[in-house]
Amino acid sequence: MAKSLTQTLPETAQTTSTTKSFLHKLRRGANVTFVTALTISLLVIYLAPFLFMIFTSLKTQGQISQLGAPIWPAKPTTVEYNGKELEVFKVPMAKCAGSDPSDTSIKNLAIVKKGRQQSTFVDPANLEAGEFVCNLSWRALKRPWTFSPTWENYVRVWNTIPGTFPKLLWNTTFYAIMTEIGVLISCTLVAFGFARFRFPGRDFLFIVLISTIFLPFAVTIIPTYTFFQKIGWLGTWLPLIVPAFFANAYDVFLLRQYFMTLPRELDEAAMIDGASPLRVLWSVIIPQSYPALMAITVFHIVYAWNDYFGPLIYLSTARDKWPISVALSTYNGIYGSQPALIQAASLMALLAPLILFAVAQRFFVQGIVVTGVEK
Amino acid sequence: MLEELSNIRKAIPSLRSFRDLPPLSRREMKAGLIFLSPWIIGFLGFTLLPMIATVFFSFLNLRITDGILSTPHFAGIENYRQLFRDPKIWSTSTTPGSLWITIKFGLIALPIGILVPLGIAVLMNNKHLKGQMFFRSLFYMPYIVPFVAAIYLWGGMLNSESGWINRTLMYFGVPKESVPLWANDVNWVYPTYVIMGIWGIGNAMLIMLAGLQGVPTELYDAATVDGANSWQTFWKVTFPMISPVIFYNLVLGVVGLFQYFLVPLVVNQGNGNPGGATFFYNLYIVKTFFTFQNMSYGASLACFLFVVILLVTILLFGTAKYWVYYAGESR
Repeated sequence: MAKSLTQTLPETAQTTSTTKSFLHKLRRGANVTFVTALTISLLVIYLAPFLFMIFTSLKTQGQISQLGAPIWPAKPTTVEYNGKELEVFKVPMAKCAGSDPSDTSIKNLAIVKKGRQQSTFVDPANLEAGEFVCNLSWRALKRPWTFSPTWENYVRVWNTIPGTFPKLLWNTTFYAIMTEIGVLISCTLVAFGFARFRFPGRDFLFIVLISTIFLPFAVTIIPTYTFFQKIGWLGTWLPLIVPAFFANAYDVFLLRQYFMTLPRELDEAAMIDGASPLRVLWSVIIPQSYPALMAITVFHIVYAWNDYFGPLIYLSTARDKWPISVALSTYNGIYGSQPALIQAASLMALLAPLILFAVAQRFFVQGIVVTGVEK
Repeated sequence: MLEELSNIRKAIPSLRSFRDLPPLSRREMKAGLIFLSPWIIGFLGFTLLPMIATVFFSFLNLRITDGILSTPHFAGIENYRQLFRDPKIWSTSTTPGSLWITIKFGLIALPIGILVPLGIAVLMNNKHLKGQMFFRSLFYMPYIVPFVAAIYLWGGMLNSESGWINRTLMYFGVPKESVPLWANDVNWVYPTYVIMGIWGIGNAMLIMLAGLQGVPTELYDAATVDGANSWQTFWKVTFPMISPVIFYNLVLGVVGLFQYFLVPLVVNQGNGNPGGATFFYNLYIVKTFFTFQNMSYGASLACFLFVVILLVTILLFGTAKYWVYYAGESR
């Protein structure tokens, strides 16, 4: 008795533990499946407009104006018959001559002669059967559609968007690069000043810098715009590019946070060797700061690429200098009835930032986290 | 970022601290200021001076009629008197005012602008989610889509006839007559703007996610030992720990709300349609200045906006001490 007890006990314990671990695994598996499924379904809804854009941009205007057309790019199915292109319809066979009235099948038939009461069809799958008449209105029939993307919208956008697309691409790139140079130079200098020099009033100035993030643009835009107008800068790049050379709060903040994490020992060693502050910045700080510099670079490229209001007010009269964003916004008025063109233009406008994001997403994520979480 | 702002009192230097500066520190200050000079000059030229000019303009009568600038003369508080009676700002019994429109929209958009990114961040932070980095990038990605393109994409999705959203509604049996007209419907235009704005959550989501990941695991372990359920854990541990992040996004959201005008400008041509529901306060400023070229009245509208934002922000900071918890701070 005693012997059997000692024998059975560990066995039972073992079975329960394996059952437990099995249940545990099952539960974890269910959790993983549930959470992943939830995430994916949310993501599908969230990103659906991209699919809408791609589908619509590949459609012909004919498909868009056709009622009952599918949501994917397609054209009505046609077949060749006696050297002619015939449209295909879904026909209930019961209505056709030579068929059983109780026949419930629906066949894809090519229409030979259209009529209000009767139409003549031929079966593309069975051409030997010849033409036959069905007693129905062809207008009420549904069509089968064949997948058929068209690239014509992209070609049209490339050539006809106000100013032609290559010119817009160049304008936008020029704006992004020029302001990028200004931002990189000025923000690095200023961030270095805030991170490495101690003097009374520095922290106060830093607070002033940060508070400009929360300042509404409306309180400065009227005199600024009037001033640029007075000195004849409207319709030139200058009001957009020059201010970039005077640093901005976001990028200074981001760089300063990063510089503060770098050990001071290297700076001090360089100083002792007689390096000037500028030399320390160039040879010690900058080589250690590529992640932060990359972050502000990619942020700024996206910002400049997408900037709409600045170019809109300063370049509104200079069509030859329009960036993509401004030209795109006129599209709704010109091609409002041609959604395929609008979606194709949108896709072409968002391609560059999208590629940049795909390549450099690490820097985006790190940069945002610095501005939001660290003090 | 906000924590620094609340330390402003400590940061104001006294005059004596400059006078008693030893020569070496004096040199350091000089060098520091040289490095700061791009920003200082830019701040004076592009921020402080224009701000002063805006206040100054608001007491004049500057406006351009037929391309001719009026001879400037002092108008006293005339602009402000007009402002406080302006039916385009203050609601009347028949038309909504732009201030109320802005606030009403904020009451819908602000909670969603916090809850949706928080919800997604919590989901991303779930320990059962595999491939968190991948999903996180995809949720952030629409943030980089150019503004006008995003409006077109969502505009297409929300088209009353061909848009996928209404097609889905009709597929599930909503009759064709009763599907929403979205941007062209007084009752649906705010939800439309909120949907169009959902692609802007990427930043907030990433910041909140980083906040969630920064909560020390010991705190969760302690809560589990104390027998807290997941709801209690969220409210007693997670929420206080990420409250600074939520506060930061709330402040940014409020400031953004009072500057909201690009979406109504592009989606509804900035004319306030449908039914005057989209004539936001900042849109009124932009229209007053750029369309009607009334600089002085625009300036007084801007000054008023500044005061409103300042008051609301101070109010928010006032509430912060009741619900925002800064770890490492002993109060």
